Amino acid sequence: MTDWVGLYNYWIVVFLMIAGLYIVIARGNLIKKLVGLNVFQASVFILYITMGKIEGGTAPIIEEGIKVYSNPIPHVLILTAIVVGVATLAVGLALVVRINEAYGTIEEDELEVQE
Amino acid sequence: MAGTIYMIVRLHGLFAVVMLGGIYSLFAASMFVVLDAVDVAFTEAAVGAGISTVLMLGALALVKSEEKVGSSHVFVPLLVSLIAGAALIYGTLDMPHYGDPAAPIHQHVAPTYLSDSLEKTLVPNVVTSVLASYRGYDTLGETTVILTAGVGVMLLLGGGRRRRRKTGKGDE
Amino acid sequence: MRHHLVLRVVTKLLIPFILLFALYVQFHGDFGPGGGFQAGVIFASAFVLYALIYGVDNTLQVVPENVLRVGIGLGVLIYGMTGVVPLFMHVPYLDYSPLGHEPAHGQEYGIFSVELGVGITVFSVMATIFLQFAGRSGADDEDES
Repeated sequence: MTDWVGLYNYWIVVFLMIAGLYIVIARGNLIKKLVGLNVFQASVFILYITMGKIEGGTAPIIEEGIKVYSNPIPHVLILTAIVVGVATLAVGLALVVRINEAYGTIEEDELEVQE
Repeated sequence: MAGTIYMIVRLHGLFAVVMLGGIYSLFAASMFVVLDAVDVAFTEAAVGAGISTVLMLGALALVKSEEKVGSSHVFVPLLVSLIAGAALIYGTLDMPHYGDPAAPIHQHVAPTYLSDSLEKTLVPNVVTSVLASYRGYDTLGETTVILTAGVGVMLLLGGGRRRRRKTGKGDE
Repeated sequence: MRHHLVLRVVTKLLIPFILLFALYVQFHGDFGPGGGFQAGVIFASAFVLYALIYGVDNTLQVVPENVLRVGIGLGVLIYGMTGVVPLFMHVPYLDYSPLGHEPAHGQEYGIFSVELGVGITVFSVMATIFLQFAGRSGADDEDES
C-alpha cells in the first residue's frame, strides 16, 4: 500500500487522459472532438515529462556548479510530438471545414443520416 | 485542470470550448515549467495556447458556432472510458516512483548525453543538441511531417472559392 | 474605424518586437530554451496578428503567397543539404563533424544551419495554414476577432 503514494502523478495523468477520451467519444460535434483530442494529447505529454523528472534536478541546460539535471530525452520526444500534433490539428480542421461545406452540418448523427 | 475539462464537456457554445482548450494548454505549459522542462513549456505555450487556438477560431468562423443540444449518449462512452482508465491504472502499478533517480530511463543513454554534450558540440542546451545532432534524423522526419501538413491544408482549402478581390471579381 | 484605432497603433508598435524576439529565440536556442520550432511559431504569430488587424489582403501584399510556398520547401532543403554535404566529405549522412576546422565547431555550424532550416519551414507552414483559413470566402475578417 505504501508503494502507491509514489505513483500519484501517473494517476492524475490517467484521470486527465480518460476525461479527454470521454470528450472524443461521447460528443457528436466535430469541433468538440478536436478539442478533446487536444486535451488527450496534452495529458500524454504530461505523462512523459513526469517520467523524466528527477528529484532535486534542474532544467537540462549545462551550467557551472549544478550536478543533477532532469532527463533531456523525454523533452526531445515531446517537442517533436507537440509540433506534429498541431500539424494534425490543422489538417483535421481543414477537413471539418470541407465537410461543413459539403454536407451543411458538423454534428455526427446528422452526418450519418445524410451519408 | 479538471474544472476546465468539466466545463468543456458541459458547454454548448463552441467559442467558449475552444478558449477553454487554450486555457488547458496554458495550464499544461505551467506544469511543464514546474517539472523542469523549459523547452517543452515554451513550445506548448506558443503552439498549444497560441497557434492551435487561433486556427480553431479561424475554422469556427467558417462553421456554425453552437453545438446541438442533447446530441450525446452518455452511458456507453462513460463505461468504455472507465474501463480504459482502470486498465491504465493497473498498468501503472509497476512503474517507478515519481522523481526516482534510479529509474531505468535515466540509466542508459541519458547520462552519456548530459556529460558529453558540452565538449562534443559546444552547445550548453542539451535538448537542442540532442534534437539537432544526436537525433538529427528524427528532426528531419518531423520537419517533413510539417511540410506535408502544410501541403495537405493547401490542397484541401486552396483550390476552392477564393475571397472576393477589391477589383470586384465575382466569386467562383 | 475609430474604435479600432488603439488596436492598430499598438499592433504597429508591437510587431517589430515580436519579430525581434522570434529571431532571438532562434539564434539563442543554443544557450537557453528555444530553437527552430518555437522561433518559427512566434515569427508566424506576428504575421497572424497583422492579418487579424489589417486584413488578409494587406498581409498578402506584405508577404506574397509565392514567398511562403518557396519557404515551405526551402527549410527542408536546407536541412537535407546540411546532411548531404558531409556525404561529400566521406563521413555518414548528417554527421556534422567535418564542417568546421575541428569536430566540435563543425557540430556547432551543423546545428545552427539545421535549426535555421526548421525555423523557416515552420514559419512558412504556419503562416500558410492561417492565411488559407482566413482567406476562405464567406469570412469577412476586417472586423473579425
